[in-house]
Amino acid sequence: MYAQMVKSEGMKARDEMSPEELAFQERIDRGEKIEPKEWMPEGYRKTLVRQIGQHAHSEIVGQLPEGNWITRAPTLERKAILLAKVQDEAGHGLYLYSAAETLGVSRDDLVEKLHSGAMKYSSIFNYPTLNWADMGAVGWLVDGAAIMNQVPLQRTSYGPYSRAMIRICKEESFHQRQGYSIMMKMAQGTPEQKEMAQDALNRFWGPALMMFGPSDKDSVHSAQSMAWKIKINTNDELRQKFVDETVPQAEYLGLTIPDPTLKWDDERGHYDFAQPDWDEFFEVLKGNGPCNEERLGARRRAWDEGAWFREGLVAYAEKSAARRAAAGVAAE
Amino acid sequence: MSVQSETITPQAPAADPLVADEALRPAFFDWLCRMGDNTVVLGHRISEWCGHGPVLEEDIALANTALDLIGHTQMWLGLAGEVEGRGRSADDLAFLRDAYRFRNAKLVELPNGDMAVTLMREFLFDAWHFEMLTALTRSASARVAEIAAKALKEVSYHLERSSDLVVRLGDGSAESHARMQEALDRLWSYAGELFTADATDDAMAAAGIAPSLADLLAQWQRTVDEVLEEATLRKPEGRFDVHQGGKQGRHTEHLGYILAEMQFLQRAYPGASW
Repeated sequence: MYAQMVKSEGMKARDEMSPEELAFQERIDRGEKIEPKEWMPEGYRKTLVRQIGQHAHSEIVGQLPEGNWITRAPTLERKAILLAKVQDEAGHGLYLYSAAETLGVSRDDLVEKLHSGAMKYSSIFNYPTLNWADMGAVGWLVDGAAIMNQVPLQRTSYGPYSRAMIRICKEESFHQRQGYSIMMKMAQGTPEQKEMAQDALNRFWGPALMMFGPSDKDSVHSAQSMAWKIKINTNDELRQKFVDETVPQAEYLGLTIPDPTLKWDDERGHYDFAQPDWDEFFEVLKGNGPCNEERLGARRRAWDEGAWFREGLVAYAEKSAARRAAAGVAAE
Repeated sequence: MSVQSETITPQAPAADPLVADEALRPAFFDWLCRMGDNTVVLGHRISEWCGHGPVLEEDIALANTALDLIGHTQMWLGLAGEVEGRGRSADDLAFLRDAYRFRNAKLVELPNGDMAVTLMREFLFDAWHFEMLTALTRSASARVAEIAAKALKEVSYHLERSSDLVVRLGDGSAESHARMQEALDRLWSYAGELFTADATDDAMAAAGIAPSLADLLAQWQRTVDEVLEEATLRKPEGRFDVHQGGKQGRHTEHLGYILAEMQFLQRAYPGASW
């Protein structure tokens, strides 16, 4: 998932569309994939850049809450799995930036917008990871919520985005399983481990529900994105699906979902559940979450302190090219 | 059993009488801890970069290198536990020994500094690691040879990558050149510990388990000279073996903090399963 409140360009009725726009919409309706060199409405391109960029940024910033525990992982195997997972996330960032680049923006430009605050990343990564069970909760709940949205996005209309999603989904489902495996160990472990597991669930439940974005009635940009098949399901549909799948998993772990109103509704065939604290969500988006400063600060610092490294590589590439050119002239 | 099913079944470790050789045990255990402690401590340092690299490709490469080194640790310390014969696992050795029991060279425990220090340290270590593992593939101990062969594939790549970056940054901008030179000047006097043999190294060489460290030196020097020259970096004039003692458990102040962090959960919740 990792894309929230992506602003979409104005929705047009069919009779307002130009012949080009109508033909484009018909291709999407037929389930055809749109490829980089093909004509597309400017709004479609811009919305995709925002969404894919936000998703890429989320993968990159998302390295930090888990990176926070790599040096403290309790066994060599857990350390190796966590390293592999964080490495996968950086890899996802790379595929997604590449997909965005096919729409005519550069990675550096997107990164610059992340650092200036002009582009966002998922609110979830502004929450701290405070105990080892958080590594379980992040895999189980955060990757679990991400998968809910990413699985349908494998069918999104934009070819490069769809192909990136297919690769990413394979790895995400492994991440979710390893998260659940940490939760199992913790929930079945010593009383202190179980306490850590419950504490992690208590802290991550609300923020995980927020990952799907505000309720459909407040989600102003959904209709156009859905018509373009950039968004496949509504926020509320995905949130419900996530709750329905997660509650039995929590029960199996012997953990309690921190929602006293949670109950199965026979008529609807779904769980009823309390909405997360949306005021908190909007504060986090504004930059006032528990870790916004740390997360963005860490990324800006990494970028600024790495400037000499990137410039050094560029300088070497230029010198080598000049040497090759000189050798070529000399040979003639 | 058919040949085909043999190839898909994970292989049992090779038969190796040296693993149970009582006379060799103290030196063999000590030496295996040196191998595993070098990889776990360097892996730890490199993993500190996770999410903080100068460019996305480096984040991926650094995490990958750390992951390889942790994998090597599992093999080396796993075998160390077997040789010791007291039922200690690789995790027990990594998470429940204090600093004075660690046998890594001081080079790998030094703080990361900037990417120049991190990469230069990797390069000096990789060039040793590559020669060491290459020689160990011919070890009299079949188990050691087996681990070395697995690790060598990854370490060949580590050396290729760190050499390449030392060259590109050394011969890059004025600033990257200056930083790489400074890193080399700072680290140089730590590199020699990897080549300083003591009774443990001598016993391993005599048993044919490990090469004589002196034999690795010439090729290491050739690699280092070649790369530094191409990188337009100046080899420091001082001794390269000033800082010693890590292999015998006398470390810098830094190792204690690495272990305090790395061992926190195992120490705080003894006996828990993770």
